[in-house]
Amino acid sequence: MASKVIQAFYNDDDVLMHAVKKVKAAKHHIEEVYCPFPVHGLDKAMGLEPTRLAITAFMYGCVGITVAVVMMNFIMIEDWPQDIGGKPSFSYIENMPAFVPIMFELTVFFAAHLMVITFYLRSRLWPFKEAENPDVRTTDDHFLMEIEIHDNESELRDLLAGTGAVEINISEKDLH
Amino acid sequence: MASHYEAPIRKPLVIGDKGYHDVTVDIAAPVEGRANKHWWIVFSIALAAFLWGVGCIIYTISTGIGTWGLNKTVNWAWDITNFVWWVGIGHAGTLISAVLLLFRQKWRMAINRSAEAMTIFSVIQAGLFPIIHMGRPWLAYWVLPIPNQFGSLWVNFNSPLLWDVFAISTYLSVSLVFWWTGLLPDFAMLRDRAVLPFQKKIYGLLSFGWSGRAKDWQRFEEVSLVLAGLATPLVLSVHTIVSFDFATSVIPGWHTTIFPPYFVAGAIFSGFAMVNTLLIIMRKVCSLEDYITVQHIELMNIVIMLTGSIVGCAYITELFMAWYSGVEYEQYAFLNRATGPYWWAYWSMMTCNVFSPQFMWFKKLRTSIMFSFFISIVVNIGMWFERFVIIVTSLHRDYLPSSWTMFSPTFVDIGIFIGTIGFFFVLFLLYARTFPVIAQAEVKSILKSSGSRYKKLRDAGQPLYQISNEAPKVSLVTPAKAEKVEDINQETVATDKKDASSLLASIGTFDAATQTADDLKKVKGIGPKMEQTLNQIGIFTFAQVSRMTATEYDMLDSITEAFPGRAQRDDWAGQAKTLNNNK
Repeated sequence: MASKVIQAFYNDDDVLMHAVKKVKAAKHHIEEVYCPFPVHGLDKAMGLEPTRLAITAFMYGCVGITVAVVMMNFIMIEDWPQDIGGKPSFSYIENMPAFVPIMFELTVFFAAHLMVITFYLRSRLWPFKEAENPDVRTTDDHFLMEIEIHDNESELRDLLAGTGAVEINISEKDLH
Repeated sequence: MASHYEAPIRKPLVIGDKGYHDVTVDIAAPVEGRANKHWWIVFSIALAAFLWGVGCIIYTISTGIGTWGLNKTVNWAWDITNFVWWVGIGHAGTLISAVLLLFRQKWRMAINRSAEAMTIFSVIQAGLFPIIHMGRPWLAYWVLPIPNQFGSLWVNFNSPLLWDVFAISTYLSVSLVFWWTGLLPDFAMLRDRAVLPFQKKIYGLLSFGWSGRAKDWQRFEEVSLVLAGLATPLVLSVHTIVSFDFATSVIPGWHTTIFPPYFVAGAIFSGFAMVNTLLIIMRKVCSLEDYITVQHIELMNIVIMLTGSIVGCAYITELFMAWYSGVEYEQYAFLNRATGPYWWAYWSMMTCNVFSPQFMWFKKLRTSIMFSFFISIVVNIGMWFERFVIIVTSLHRDYLPSSWTMFSPTFVDIGIFIGTIGFFFVLFLLYARTFPVIAQAEVKSILKSSGSRYKKLRDAGQPLYQISNEAPKVSLVTPAKAEKVEDINQETVATDKKDASSLLASIGTFDAATQTADDLKKVKGIGPKMEQTLNQIGIFTFAQVSRMTATEYDMLDSITEAFPGRAQRDDWAGQAKTLNNNK
């Protein structure tokens, strides 16, 4: 399915923020904003939901510590209990102090890596992935706001022209 | 905007009249340019050292650990000294990017990328030593808790050496992921600037298709913050666990509870020193003085001074505890360090680590680049001696005086150490040529609050931005080729012709019969497309480009409308002049 979008280019983050607020005030849905660097407050102004990645990191960390406890309990206590340095391995709790470093390391390992993998998959980032920014200048010094057109091309064009955009493109876009 | 406010008393972190595009150009320059002679000389030396190290490692593995200077009393020496030294150096990167991120220290942004690169490269060097020391490195996987054919004999989770395996591999992999995630937008910047298809492909691959959507940036910032929160205790745990290798033993001089904080402070100390060593050279070679300023060096010097003083306190605490404990063996170990046959190592350590950083109390000295470089080298040497003193002087006088001895390294010990230094620099030099060495996306995000240009505007009471009332250029684009098919502003085409002739009048015309066209793509900032445009206007030679001034640039911009101000910022005329002279 192809749809028509209007793309407004800005060369300043503050101008972009004003434009976003103006477009939102006019009750238009902003399809996407491409930026060369994180613009603080943009997600709120656009009405994006807060990300839940930090929550996933916490859950992955819980998985990590569980894996560590189960693994070391099996290896050191159940499968082959040894008497190391006069400290026999009778119970996990009694021997736990020696296991704290690994419990900590595996918590961090799981939380960090699985969170980053989640981020890459959610934001569709992986090797050989084609970039989807519509203009090469959006990784340099330009900001691009994209709005879908629903029979309101001239209205949107006039609105965006008054927001300090340096360039406006109207293009057909393939939706995936 | 209020979020861009910064107290006027703060000095600018980006000096010079820099806008967003200037940051892009400056940071892409070392990657897009060619390596100079100095780079090749240093790279060759590093490569030679690395190859010598490889030779020594092959000799060690094929013949045995007996090729080292170890003996039955001093059975652990340079291998573990070098290991701890490299791990220590590997602490500054994560510290700068994680701890300073949590404390919202903006100055980290110019140095975190290189500091993290340094971390990863030095942890790789550190990891080599335990693997070589195994003697049979192809069995290195035995340190992993995997089911095996020996009646399921497992690894010993009570041993700090095994904790080290987990700590170092977690640290290395998490640092790598942290570093790479931060690199994605910067690789995307290089990808979108790349002119040659090969470079476009490589940077496209490395950037994982980063597009910079608002949602991506929101997640990116959250991930960076959470990773910083995870990496901060991680970095402290790594050197704590390294110190457990010694502290859990019963050797006098090692069996001390002060080791974890003392080792962590020492690691930060040596790590910052190495960052200073590398960045003082890199800012010069890559012309990044506007980003890595004297203020950055000064702040790192203050960290060096602070952590050096903590290390000094730890040394003195050790001496006090030895005396206060009343344990004769402990007391002898420290007396022997200071006055025994290895007194020179002990006092080198004291001079380099405790005395030399105290010079940084003087503002004149800590803002002097030459002096900072000198001290950073001194600290690197001192921290190597610290590990040597802890390890060798504690071992060489054991409980049995008949086995007392000295340690002398063989050429293999020395060769492997030099080899790792070579390997480290090989990696770092390759990195400096191919990676964006400054986190440019982050620097752009602080440009308005901490950049010199915007600070001046704010001081003058002028607005940082203006919403232009000019009507923007509107055009229709087809998605297939993204070529502009229909220009709604038809009148510009007419003015183009007029502009072109007046432009040529001031810079001279090109006569195909008598002159040959130059390859304008050699000018940085001119790509194949821009060259085509210039040729259409009638510009074919460097001589023509070199005659361009601000008025001609403006005319050119009004004709092409592609990259306003680009020609002036990249200084096409100056570049063309040099190219013309070298023709």
